[in-house]
Amino acid sequence: MTATTAPAAGVWGSIWQGLTRSTSGFLGLCLVLSVLLFSFVGPLLVDTHNPTDVGLIWGPTNAEHWLGTNHEGKDTFVQLVLGGREPIWVGVAAALITVAIAVVLGGIAGYVRGRVDHLLLQLTDITMTIPFIVLMLVIASFYRTASPLMVAFIIGLVTWPYLMRSIRAQVLSLREREFIEAARLQDLGTARILFVEVLPNMAGYVFINFIIAITNAIYAVVGMYLLGLLPSTADNWGLMIQQAWDNNAFLLPTAIPFLLAPMVMIMLFQIGLVTMSRSLEQALNPRLRDR
Amino acid sequence: MATDIAASPPPPDARPPASAADPPALPLRVWRHYLFVKVRKSVVVVFVVANVTFFLARAMPGDPIDVMAGRLTQGGMSMAEARVIATNSLAFDPDAPLWAQWWDFFVGLVTLDLGNTITRPAVGVAEAIAAYLPWTLFSIGVGTVVSIVLGLSLGMVMAYRRNRFLDHALSVAASVLGAVPNYLIAMLLVVGGGLYLGWFDPVALRGTVSPGVAPGFTLEFVGDAFYHAGLPILTYVLAIVGTWMLVMKASTTEVLSEDYVTVARARGLRDGRIAIAYVGRNAVLPLVAQIAISFGTLVGGAVFVERVLVYKGVGGLLLDAVNYRDYPLLQGLLIVVTACVVVANLVADLLYSRLDPRISDQGAATP
Repeated sequence: MTATTAPAAGVWGSIWQGLTRSTSGFLGLCLVLSVLLFSFVGPLLVDTHNPTDVGLIWGPTNAEHWLGTNHEGKDTFVQLVLGGREPIWVGVAAALITVAIAVVLGGIAGYVRGRVDHLLLQLTDITMTIPFIVLMLVIASFYRTASPLMVAFIIGLVTWPYLMRSIRAQVLSLREREFIEAARLQDLGTARILFVEVLPNMAGYVFINFIIAITNAIYAVVGMYLLGLLPSTADNWGLMIQQAWDNNAFLLPTAIPFLLAPMVMIMLFQIGLVTMSRSLEQALNPRLRDR
Repeated sequence: MATDIAASPPPPDARPPASAADPPALPLRVWRHYLFVKVRKSVVVVFVVANVTFFLARAMPGDPIDVMAGRLTQGGMSMAEARVIATNSLAFDPDAPLWAQWWDFFVGLVTLDLGNTITRPAVGVAEAIAAYLPWTLFSIGVGTVVSIVLGLSLGMVMAYRRNRFLDHALSVAASVLGAVPNYLIAMLLVVGGGLYLGWFDPVALRGTVSPGVAPGFTLEFVGDAFYHAGLPILTYVLAIVGTWMLVMKASTTEVLSEDYVTVARARGLRDGRIAIAYVGRNAVLPLVAQIAISFGTLVGGAVFVERVLVYKGVGGLLLDAVNYRDYPLLQGLLIVVTACVVVANLVADLLYSRLDPRISDQGAATP
């Protein structure tokens, strides 16, 4: 894959164009925005007071409880509105950490070459060989009372190697271009050339991978909730799914919304993100565009 | 982005000596041989992973005794009493210094002895893993093979019918399937297929075999094993087939525009032969390396899928080992799982260098 040939200043413009140019990209963007609105603006609009009610366990859907009630008699819809914030922002934070580590290490390895490159490649070899879920599981249980930010760090720490490899490969090819050579002849300094001249040329590519990293991180966060590895604190889609599944509640018809509603929200968000990243890839990668 | 493993240049020692004038001695040639370099690296990776696991496991708060005593006190026992019982029933000495524990572990590693589990002192780690691992490998293996065969064929069809209705429909399906986490696919299968459509009884499907079915190469046992593994296999297939379809479509599209395909058509070769011998073969080649990687990620994903479907594979065992702080079991599992992934990578490498002789000369793929 080659980096976008567009100048750095136009990257955000071409990202926007890439998203709105194709129907699927636009639909993906709409999906993502609506899930974000639902989770971040929704809590301001609904009555968040949601008491437990022993008389209403696994209540059916009706006008008062749009999605019925859960095993504690709490309203499922209110939980759904409140439950999106945490998985989404943890996912985004984890993706930011993944991308930051991958860009810095990949940039250094590809640009500096030599022994540093060799050492960093060894490190990715090892980190990549351990299935990242397994590694994450062990680290997560070691911080069983982990805060959401800690969870983001754990995910970021184990998922950077793949992206680091491809960033490194891109930097390897970019560093041979004329404008980088010109910068080197001007003696601008390694850090400056790397971060001001090389990396902005990959902004589009990094952005696509940032979106992909969010989907991976959300997969991991929700999965960890499913295994009961994260502390059960506030309302959270992952926790809702775990509670519904582990109580075998899905066998009860009135309990199905409590399982399906958070699942549908997560799936919509993931599908939106993946569709977005696909059409962005086509828009920003000239090699794919004409096919 | 997964192809980039192969795209990295080899370390300096992987290259054959530049001067061909005087060939180096045989041991040196073996030491520098492509395959040997790979094996050497794999051994180092497993060794490092094993050591990291050792310290990672010990860094976790609470030891096996704490965990068991904590559980006993929930039954109303006093902490002191519970600790005595826990200490007596577990094969773990909390007072042994860390370096002594590490030395035991290191000797075990070198002599390939994984030791005994802590929570079930009479059971060897190797035995415990041997009882669970085959089920995971079986379900993942079948799932991988089916999804690859299906994905590669559908991907080729999509490339041949590019921009027709079938291509668009399959693209959407592949994107949606690829975006949904595998454990959610498993849940949807249970709820949709089991409860709403009534195709199977999700509760009876739990576990790896039905009670009372004796293991062996009998029709009953094999059939029952496939019956129970059906849901995990279907989950893996659905979760990964989309990726293969899209990757294969891109790869085939690229090959279709190559000159040698045009030449083959001009020579009047039959379409079927062109599709298999020319297009298919050359389109699959760059994907071989990814098969091994997908195997590695699948092993991780199995932890979630096995938990959701209550399939008794290595995933549940790992979770138990973590929860009960069974250090030897945890170490053993990580070593064995890592070794499986490393071996899969090696096999893919070997296969790749057989299929594309350029690889073993250069030591790296040029995409």
